[in-house]
Amino acid sequence: MDIDETLSGIKLPEYSIAPQDTEAKNPPPGQFPYVRGIYPSMYRRQLWTMRQYSGFSTASKTNQRFHLLLQKGQTGLSVAFDLPTQMGYDSDDSVSFGEVGKVGVAIDTVEDMKLLFHGIHLGEVSTSMTINAPAMILLAMYAVVAEETGVDPSLIQGTIQNDILKEYIARGTYIFPPEPSMRLITDTFEYCSKEFPQFNTISISGYHIREAGSTAIEELGFTLANAREYVRRAIKSGLDINVFGKRVSFFFNAHNDFFEEIAKFRAARKMWANMMKNEFGATDPKAMMLRFHTQTAGSSLTAQQPENNIVRVTIQALASVLGGTQSLHTNSKDEALSLPSEKSAITALRTQQIIAHESGVTHTADPLAGSYHLEWLTLKLEEEAQKLIAEVEEIGVLKAIENGFIQSKISESAYQHEKKINNQERVIVGVNKFEQKENEKLELLKVEDKIALDQIAKIKQIKETRDQEKVDHALKRLAEVAGTEENIFPFVLEAVKLRATLGEICNSLRTVFGIYKPSFTI
Amino acid sequence: MSTSERIRVVIAKPGLDGHDRGAKVVARALRDAGMEVIYTGLHQSPESIVEIAIQEDAHAIGLSVLSGAHNHLFERILEIMKEKAIDDIILFGGGIIPDDDAEILKSKGVAGIFGPGSPLRDIVDFVKGNVKPRM
Repeated sequence: MDIDETLSGIKLPEYSIAPQDTEAKNPPPGQFPYVRGIYPSMYRRQLWTMRQYSGFSTASKTNQRFHLLLQKGQTGLSVAFDLPTQMGYDSDDSVSFGEVGKVGVAIDTVEDMKLLFHGIHLGEVSTSMTINAPAMILLAMYAVVAEETGVDPSLIQGTIQNDILKEYIARGTYIFPPEPSMRLITDTFEYCSKEFPQFNTISISGYHIREAGSTAIEELGFTLANAREYVRRAIKSGLDINVFGKRVSFFFNAHNDFFEEIAKFRAARKMWANMMKNEFGATDPKAMMLRFHTQTAGSSLTAQQPENNIVRVTIQALASVLGGTQSLHTNSKDEALSLPSEKSAITALRTQQIIAHESGVTHTADPLAGSYHLEWLTLKLEEEAQKLIAEVEEIGVLKAIENGFIQSKISESAYQHEKKINNQERVIVGVNKFEQKENEKLELLKVEDKIALDQIAKIKQIKETRDQEKVDHALKRLAEVAGTEENIFPFVLEAVKLRATLGEICNSLRTVFGIYKPSFTI
Repeated sequence: MSTSERIRVVIAKPGLDGHDRGAKVVARALRDAGMEVIYTGLHQSPESIVEIAIQEDAHAIGLSVLSGAHNHLFERILEIMKEKAIDDIILFGGGIIPDDDAEILKSKGVAGIFGPGSPLRDIVDFVKGNVKPRM
């Protein structure tokens, strides 16, 4: 079988020649438009942050995993929250039944957040939080923990994902309709630029768009279309592009097609730099530099012959490093079956450490630059993604989400990809070729349902000991302010300090904002 | 079942899980195989899923769960089906479901569990081969 196209369907020539103007278009690393990387000396200056996404069960259990990973050489933290937390429900809500602590850690109040970071200095670690619809509330909890443990909140560092558009598109953990959701995001941008100047207030994510089945072109195009919408909103709400632009970060997927992935990261940097400078008038180079986190592709992992996943992850991680990532999560071999066990999580971290310290790829910035093939593919990715952005722009980003245009494109790509696997046009080792009857039996991580009872008991205890009158007042005040144009962050912060629960705060906002129900189906 | 009757399948996403790539791909494959497929969309309660299946006169319900809440959600739906004395709709599903859990769910009455990498053809054949004819 003879494959002559990338996973996005780009037809590849038998060999590439250098695009004539490569040199002119590709200044060295550290220079606009940063195709070759945002720093001249890249990983010689500083390795990427090794940041394994983790969280399960209770805050105390996850805290143990954090300590283990830090002790094994991880350099940043990344919190996975459970679905009730991501959807703004408390653990004692009836809809949370069976879901508490399953895909991440359960956080109901600031007390849980305190347990989560027990023994970790919030002024010294950088923490990424995969939280979107209720991002403001979780960030407020984090800041309150800093304050109550003696750390100046203005020193906290990290990233909240806070990218609601891709939730409607691909990930599904939305609460409120698009307009009030966008307002929560711009309120967060504004408040943080003053109070938490070292915190990245958004991580615009292509990762989940790709996991939902998009091609690399669609991941790039839709992510940058979303990015443009956030920038427009921020400018409209009066923010300085040179200030908030520096706090925008990105999150991409590293999938199987090695060169296409590297080309994607390079094209993304160029497109963002051009957009910020030429379209929005940014003048501070830092506001034009695309900084990104990468995670290897969860959907590329196979339940069959799971040991093979370590190899897949290595190739994907290498692509992200050759593409110039600022931080990286490497998946564990067992993730097609469950959350990672302790043992497999350590192997995943070790994979990054081997790339960083043994492979030598860190010695020079953008080492593949000038490869005829890669330069050609970088230009091609950019060109194709620009076409897609133009299509979305014609409709309008929010409209293209609300009418399902973007989702339909992604579903179509997912289905075509699956068909190719089924027809053996694309080989997946162990799945449609080189199969084995017996697969290795793994020791999987299991989260017991009974941890929900611990969470419920904790909520009860907090509700009995807090000043209820003050909590009621704070929640009422929050709802009032939500109905105005005033920034609601300080009011969320106040409710959090008084030990209002996540669910209570979200309910208070639900009464004003309403909830989102998609109006289309496939 | 008779060849003249079109198979109707409800593909559902129960609970808070937002991953619907698999659900949509399977829905499309069943549709392409000539079946009528109703996709519920995200965040459905077990009660509403069974209700939809009854209203649509479905032959099968396919659940997609990647959130780890599969034990609770599959069992709750089986329970509601039992309460409503539904014995002509089969329940099957897929997602991130460890083998041990899949075996337990099957012993409780789930007709089939399809994990990652399952060929679409197998799922189509399974539905065709297992749905029960209507009187």
